[in-house]
Amino acid sequence: MIMPEEIQQQIVRETFHLVLKRDDNICNFLEGGSLIGGSDYKLIYRHYATLYFVFCVDSSESELGILDLIQVFVETLDKCFENVCELDLIFHMDKVHYILQEVVMGGMVLETNMNEIVAQIEAQNRLEKSEGGLSAAPARAVSAVKNINLPEIPRNINIGDLNIKVPNLSQFV
Amino acid sequence: MLISNCFSKTFVISEFFPFQAKYISQCIDEIKQELKQDNIAVKANAVCKLTYLQMLGYDISWAAFNIIEVMSASKFTFKRIGYLAASQCFHEGTDVIMLTTNQIRKDLSSPSQYDTGVALTGLSCFVTPDLARDLANDIMTLMSHTKPYIRKKAVLIMYKVFLKYPESLRPAFPRLKEKLEDPDPGVQSAAVNVICELARRNPKNYLSLAPLFFKLMTSSTNNWVLIKIIKLFGALTPLEPRLGKKLIEPLTNLIHSTSAMSLLYECVNTVIAVLISLSSGMPNHSASIQLCVQKLRILIEDSDQNLKYLGLLAMSKILKTHPKSVQSHKDLILQCLDDKDESIRLRALDLLYGMVSKKNLMEIVKKLMTHVDKAEGTTYRDELLTKIIDICSQSNYQYITNFEWYISILVELTRLEGTRHGHLIAAQMLDVAIRVKAIRKFAVSQMSALLDSAHLVASNTQRNGICEVLYAAAWICGEFSEHLQEPQQTLEAMLRPKATTLPGHIQAVYVQNVVKLYASILQQREQAAEHEAAQAATQLLVDRLPQFVQSADLEVQERASCVLQLVKYIQKLQAKDVPVAEEVSALFAGELNPVAPKAQKKVPIPEGLDLDAWINEPPSDSESEDEAPKAIFHDDEQKPTRHRQPEADEEELARRREARKQEQANNPFYIKSSPSPQKRYQDTPGVEHIPVVQIDLSVPLKVPGMPASDQYVKLEQERRHQQRLEKKRKKQRKEKQREGRRRRHSSLHTESDEDIAPAQQVDIITEEMPENALPSDEDDKDPNDPYRALDIDLDKPLADSEKLPVQKHRSAETLQFPDREEVPAVEKKSKKLKKKEKKHREKGREKARKKGKEKGDDLDFWLSTTPPPAAAPGPAPSPDEPEADAVVAAPKEECEEAKREEPENNEDDEEQEVEQKPSKHKKKKHKKEKEEKSKDKKKSRRKKPPSEAVAEPVQNGALEEEPLPPMSSYCLLAENSYIKMTYDVQGSLQKDSQVTVSIILENLSSSFLKNMELNVLDSLNTKMVRPEGASVHDGVPVPFQLPPGVSNEAQFVFTVQSIVMAQKLKGTLSFIAKNDEGSTHEKLDFKLHFSCTSYLITTPCYSDAFAKLLESGDLSVSSIRVDGITMSFQNLLAKICFHHHFSVVERVDSCASMYSRSIQGHHVCLLVKKGENSVSVDGKCSDPTLLGNLLDEMKVTLAQC
Repeated sequence: MIMPEEIQQQIVRETFHLVLKRDDNICNFLEGGSLIGGSDYKLIYRHYATLYFVFCVDSSESELGILDLIQVFVETLDKCFENVCELDLIFHMDKVHYILQEVVMGGMVLETNMNEIVAQIEAQNRLEKSEGGLSAAPARAVSAVKNINLPEIPRNINIGDLNIKVPNLSQFV
Repeated sequence: MLISNCFSKTFVISEFFPFQAKYISQCIDEIKQELKQDNIAVKANAVCKLTYLQMLGYDISWAAFNIIEVMSASKFTFKRIGYLAASQCFHEGTDVIMLTTNQIRKDLSSPSQYDTGVALTGLSCFVTPDLARDLANDIMTLMSHTKPYIRKKAVLIMYKVFLKYPESLRPAFPRLKEKLEDPDPGVQSAAVNVICELARRNPKNYLSLAPLFFKLMTSSTNNWVLIKIIKLFGALTPLEPRLGKKLIEPLTNLIHSTSAMSLLYECVNTVIAVLISLSSGMPNHSASIQLCVQKLRILIEDSDQNLKYLGLLAMSKILKTHPKSVQSHKDLILQCLDDKDESIRLRALDLLYGMVSKKNLMEIVKKLMTHVDKAEGTTYRDELLTKIIDICSQSNYQYITNFEWYISILVELTRLEGTRHGHLIAAQMLDVAIRVKAIRKFAVSQMSALLDSAHLVASNTQRNGICEVLYAAAWICGEFSEHLQEPQQTLEAMLRPKATTLPGHIQAVYVQNVVKLYASILQQREQAAEHEAAQAATQLLVDRLPQFVQSADLEVQERASCVLQLVKYIQKLQAKDVPVAEEVSALFAGELNPVAPKAQKKVPIPEGLDLDAWINEPPSDSESEDEAPKAIFHDDEQKPTRHRQPEADEEELARRREARKQEQANNPFYIKSSPSPQKRYQDTPGVEHIPVVQIDLSVPLKVPGMPASDQYVKLEQERRHQQRLEKKRKKQRKEKQREGRRRRHSSLHTESDEDIAPAQQVDIITEEMPENALPSDEDDKDPNDPYRALDIDLDKPLADSEKLPVQKHRSAETLQFPDREEVPAVEKKSKKLKKKEKKHREKGREKARKKGKEKGDDLDFWLSTTPPPAAAPGPAPSPDEPEADAVVAAPKEECEEAKREEPENNEDDEEQEVEQKPSKHKKKKHKKEKEEKSKDKKKSRRKKPPSEAVAEPVQNGALEEEPLPPMSSYCLLAENSYIKMTYDVQGSLQKDSQVTVSIILENLSSSFLKNMELNVLDSLNTKMVRPEGASVHDGVPVPFQLPPGVSNEAQFVFTVQSIVMAQKLKGTLSFIAKNDEGSTHEKLDFKLHFSCTSYLITTPCYSDAFAKLLESGDLSVSSIRVDGITMSFQNLLAKICFHHHFSVVERVDSCASMYSRSIQGHHVCLLVKKGENSVSVDGKCSDPTLLGNLLDEMKVTLAQC
């Protein structure tokens, strides 16, 4: 289900506030926010350093299974980016998408085997490289966007605090 | 399914940097520039930036077309970007999405697996019903791709396709089932995933797969797959209890053996589901329950909060059927109430709800009350509050043994600061006071104390705030004022000036109940002959009421004014020493009975009453405007007045009660909530001579502001102790008097529960139900549920008509149109064929039925065998081979099919009508033939893929509201005194150089016409098709004879070489006319005119294809203009459609684009515009001569308008 951008943003914001106020030592499940789907849906998240990975799932998914899946996803990111950090994610948002698309497709779990995922990603990267000079393009795209924001406000950004938002990946239902 | 997002701990950038918007808009401008460039790399780059901006919350749908351009790039790098952007911003409302169909199809069949993969991934996010229909077949092919990478994606996306295009489910299902046993684990898991998702919504259709899944469960080692299957079994077991029995053992084994917590948890969950489905009398499964509870306890005791949470969640499921096994873990659950995690506390609360019994209710609530005091957040505190009330009030206050205790709990809850649930508490107070007669005295004393304590009034006055309880307090004190010990004091409390700061609706209740109180005071005083005291009370009212009269709230003001006048009148009467008390209290005589919440809904609609019919003619707009405010006023007036019968005296009431009792006794639908119906309508004094409670509670703890409930707990314990002693004594005496008399609810009580008798005689008055109440309220499924469409029986073999639409050349699809030109002989043949087919079908159907049975037997067999685990999972049902049964049509399918066809048929009929109208003058026989044909037409339509139904959005203008003038394409060929010939020429798509001429021959004479023969003089270009062996000079016989006054139609086929020009052929019809006087040989000459129009065939065209055609630039242009046209545009279009075989592609106001095709494949596009009195037609055609001729012909037609 693709929703208008404002609603997407609102969901992200609401989810963010819900998740943010939770301590680390409490459970990783949150029952239905008002915007997302209703009582059949749960938010399941994992917290890694400064990053939260939030999945919204309905009752057909196993809660613990999804927690494992997030772990798989993050480990895959780690392998693909070699020691992933927030900056990797923000500057290579498209790549993050491609990786996620190998894990989850159209809102359904596609693959849970990390080696298989990594193999497919790498094959696609090779294909992209073989197509030559274009590989620079996506990187340029992001840096172009980045340049819009960053040069104007360098003083305000404190990389240590990581004032970066990794936006929501496209909404799947 | 899952929605996924991920983001970091930080805020949206724009929240920090409000000036960012400026840069974004700058950036978007830049992107727009880049999108305009021809370089695909630059474009892709720009689209990539857009995907980033989209994630920041900016709308990028304006770039949809550019995204499609990037999607269709040849390089994978770009394509991937395009599809990513599409998956983010395309949705069903995106209009350009239909342009992607061919591109996606191309990518799906691309040799590179990653192109295909990317297309599948993208499609999964934005698939629309149209795309699903058009691509279903392609995706199904991919399900058997050689690469597992593609297979698993294709399998997974099928779920999306099913959702959007449910017709595809049956044809695709056999292959999907095959994939359950795919050698690749990824594909297998995807198939399991899809089937589980489908089965979750409509489990019954998938029961037959149980053996297969069982095999998978016992053989698979993939935890993901196992979890999915086990979850699926959880959904299936309620439908087939035998399945549950079979499952228990392997599941228990898994529970014992697995190390994966997630798997363990799901196993426990499913075992619980099985146990629930088996709950009726399976004592030997207590071991399984114990095992589950045991494992869950381990989960709950785990330090991992997630496990704790899930353990509680699963525990609450067990609770529903096996409360006893959970109750033994009460300690653990109470402990969870202290957890720092709110989710866990809430779960524990849910569990408590089901764990209470008469025995432990007080204890649990006491514990909860301490939590209420400790709780810091108001949300959690409110949650606790509602839970306390829920727990106590559940199933008609089943567990409350002492209502005084409950009232004091409620009173204690009113001390909560800032709660939102004042309303809830108030409702409870009212409910208890009304329904538990014995408690009224106590309740009234507590309520008057509440009214006295001003601190409540002073606190917040916001709506739903705690002050809401004053509403209840005032009402209870007023209604049951006879129980008040010091009514005067309460009266004064209610008349305090502070009361005017309360919300309006509470003040209104105050005013009303002040009068009730006053009435009872008056009575007391008059009985005691204290006239002065009575007058003093009156004076008090006269003094204090004006403060309410001045209220800003209309309701309060109005009531106060009325009351004030009444009291002043009473004062006058009192001054004359007239006794008034009787009459004043008569105002409030009578008893209120609680009405069941669903009573209104259950009133049956009397026969012959149509609720939708207007009672009066609907008022015009202007009237209703006037009336609206009036109605509101009316409402206001009515609401507060309670419907009572002040005139009804005691006798009358008793009589009515008796009658009602009779009615209810005879009414099978009357829901008796109390097992002792004789007691229910006892008159009030009846309560007193129930010899239940001997303990002296008559000194209630009514010190206001003191938590009294604790004392009740103690007292209750003492009471119970005493009761037990008493009972022993009774037993010794062997008295037969049974305690059971006091039980209200015999069901569900544990034995120890039954022993506890309630402190008060609580005759919870039965809620009233209307006569003839409907037995139950059926909760229908939501008709809009998208998953409902997928409720399809999958065991039936596939029907011929169910094949997925396969992409064909347009011409193939339009085969249906030239039906009527079919040569009769061919028609007959096809009929025969159909008959055969029918027979065959019937046979097939029987087979199918048998097969279905066999299958059912298979499942039964599998289920009936005693569980032979892993090794021999019974015979799996033979996978049916739908391909083999392709011809077989299950009867139901046909019905469905027919239904689906219906609207189409209607359209057909409409078309037919247009054609038939002019033919009315023709004789019956002709009509019959037509009907037959139309049937044929329908049949032929039925054979088409279902997509056709949608693929014909353009219905030659015939669908619009305005009635069309009758039109006929038949024109006069020749006529003499014997016969009249009318004809029509139609192109045929089967053969690109043939046209069919239908000639209607009408016998005008009184002679019998026979041996008719038609001959034409062939030209080089156009020749008549003659039977084999005939020379060019031989005529073609007409296959029928014509009795006098009869008409019939004959068809002749002509071959044409060039169709760009109109043609004329000379011909002769020869026949023998036979009458009484003898027979004569006659001849009739004619000229057959083949217009260019007759070579055109009505062909529907999508607007996107049309646009592409126009853009292609291969077409030559020409135009005409006709003046002096008065006909409406719609009729005009219909005329062009009808006479010139065009179809409307798109119509905007007075402008329309039209399309047609010649039998030789020339495209003809028209743009028709209507000016004020003129019409201009711009044409584009692949052949300029054809176009010129066509337009000339059209000019003639239009000139006639």
